[in-house]
Amino acid sequence: MRFLTSFVGAILEAWQEVRVHRGRVLLSLVGVTVAVCALSASVAVTDLAQRAVLEQAESSSGRPFTITGNVSANGTPVPGEADEAWFETLDRFDISYATRVAFDYAPVQLPEGVADASLLYVDQPYATLHRTRMLEGAWFAPGDRDRLAPAVVVNAALWERLGSPDLSTHPVISSSRFEGSDLVVIGVYASSSWDTEPALMMLAPAAIAALPPGTFDGLYPYYEMWVPEESGDELMSLVSSDLSSRLGEGFSVDVYRSDYGALMDDPTAALRMLTLGIGAVILLLGALGLLNIALVTVRQRIREIGIRRSMGATAGRVFFSVMMESVVATAVAGVVGVMLAVLIVKLPIVEEFITQGLVEDLPPFPTSAAVFGVVSAVAVGALAGVIPAVVAVRVKPIDAIRI
Amino acid sequence: MSLLELDDVTRTVPLPDGDPLTILSGVDLTVEPGDRVSIVGRSGSGKSTLLNMLGLLDLPTTGTLSFDGVDVRTMRSGRRDRLRGSDIGFIFQQFNLLEGRTATENAVVPLIYASGSSFWRRERLAREMLERVGLGHRLDSLPGSLSGGEQQRVAIARALVRSPRLILADEPTGALDLETGQSVMDLLDEIVEEREAALVVITHDPAIAARGDRHFRLVKGTLTAASSSSATIDDEPFPSDRDVTAEVTG
Ligand SMILES: Nc1ncnc2c1ncn2[C@@H]1O[C@H](COP(=O)(O)OP(=O)(O)OP(=O)(O)O)[C@@H](O)[C@H]1O
Ligand SMILES: [Mg+2]
Repeated sequence: MRFLTSFVGAILEAWQEVRVHRGRVLLSLVGVTVAVCALSASVAVTDLAQRAVLEQAESSSGRPFTITGNVSANGTPVPGEADEAWFETLDRFDISYATRVAFDYAPVQLPEGVADASLLYVDQPYATLHRTRMLEGAWFAPGDRDRLAPAVVVNAALWERLGSPDLSTHPVISSSRFEGSDLVVIGVYASSSWDTEPALMMLAPAAIAALPPGTFDGLYPYYEMWVPEESGDELMSLVSSDLSSRLGEGFSVDVYRSDYGALMDDPTAALRMLTLGIGAVILLLGALGLLNIALVTVRQRIREIGIRRSMGATAGRVFFSVMMESVVATAVAGVVGVMLAVLIVKLPIVEEFITQGLVEDLPPFPTSAAVFGVVSAVAVGALAGVIPAVVAVRVKPIDAIRI
Repeated sequence: MSLLELDDVTRTVPLPDGDPLTILSGVDLTVEPGDRVSIVGRSGSGKSTLLNMLGLLDLPTTGTLSFDGVDVRTMRSGRRDRLRGSDIGFIFQQFNLLEGRTATENAVVPLIYASGSSFWRRERLAREMLERVGLGHRLDSLPGSLSGGEQQRVAIARALVRSPRLILADEPTGALDLETGQSVMDLLDEIVEEREAALVVITHDPAIAARGDRHFRLVKGTLTAASSSSATIDDEPFPSDRDVTAEVTG
């Protein structure tokens, strides 16, 4: 009971002290506010940049855990033979998020003339594996493989070259690759802002049907499988041995992990360490400024401390109150610093810089960064408050009142 | 049981050259609940030192000081501080209000160190006390905008807001003109009586001293009982500095 009233009382006292001396408090907190702002903004930027980098990594090499498998025939491949083995293996291990990927390059007929475009033949789950986001229209639906005219999704660059047509009008493009048959554009997928060459994706079964026999296998398609992280390594070897035994001598099988997790743990770790280090140094300087002013003012407040002692304040209470002043003040500075950081990070120009147009909706200011900013401000306040608090406790009430 | 009891109390302080300076010697004093004690003495005679000791802000070098029959020396400092907060109210010559805090915020201070309902009801208690000293209309005024008499009334409200059993006033009218001083003392007497507290007043002013029931004189650190209310500064062998000034200017 006494503990509660003491605690509440000390906070009230500290708050009042901060309020009465707000001029000097504000001055002493400029450094801390700037430091917290820098610290929390850098944590946030790193965090957001990390998401952008990861999202970019995932869209190009898949999300963790992605297994890629290559099968190459030692002799002349029998069309569909490798595919057959793949289907059985995937079925056996119940891997539903799997896609073939084959690269092709072909001229397409555009209003302005013929242009070369990259073609990607994939299966329907590809969008899930690569977090493909649609700007317009939709990704392939499971039934699209049976369409008469093959459906395609195009990148923004290609769509713009087509004159950004309304997709409900079923715009078509044609390519000599498919003997002039129409490709219906059903969607526009998002890609990075530097992806300026025309590109399109098409479902593999549609491509196999439309291309001359054997062409698809000649593109060396590979398989990507998205599997649970826990069982990833195990599945990798199972898939490899299962495929090998199915295909036998005539094929060589290569199965490996291909998402960014195979290469590194956290692509932004170094950036994070750097910004944290810089923030910590700024915060330390801010704390020194705070401590300096607190020490000067605690001497000016000896009389007030004496008065409080004569009104029943214990030494412990004086210590706690003086320390709380610093904590209360830095907590306020921390909140202000974080708010500044939010404003800065949310500036459109900064947002654009961080995400490079890769992240769909920029997530809100990371809570972790905000909490981190306030907590480190309070920690610094407590540390910087200890020394003036010790000075305050050593004030002799009688001498203080005598002044 | 006596509220306060001093038995052969001395107080010395070491001087920088190493010799101890005796400020109080052989002081015997008993304060009973509801007592009105006045102490006069010239400047430097040790009045403030004595008062600080009565207020448990200072401890005797030798001798015993008991509060409610308990030797203060045996208490831990936190207990002494809390006892001071709950049972003793201070009034100072220079008011000693906290700058930049309103009258209410000042009167609230002792209650901030209280616990239980006095803590949670502190704002109301402080306002009631300020109304009692006639400052109901100045609750939100800062000390700087109050007259000396008003400031001292805030200090009285602050000293009494926790209903202490002992009020210690160190020259409470020293910074006030004669008339204001009288009215402040009237108010103090009234409230102290209402609350049945004991009052120890230190003063230069014979008229103020005369208000007490028990009179003492402090001469060079030695406390002696003065027989009647006629015990005034004038009886002292040396007039105090302050009185000399008063005569010159007055
Ligand atoms: N801590 C100390 N160190 C040295 N000298 C002290 C100390 N405390 C008090 N004194 C001296 O002891 C004497 C008594 O001091 P005290 O403040 O009690 O006097 P006083 O009677 O209240 O005087 P005044 O009427 O001027 O307020 C003074 O000479 C003072 O200088
Ligand atoms: Mg004095």
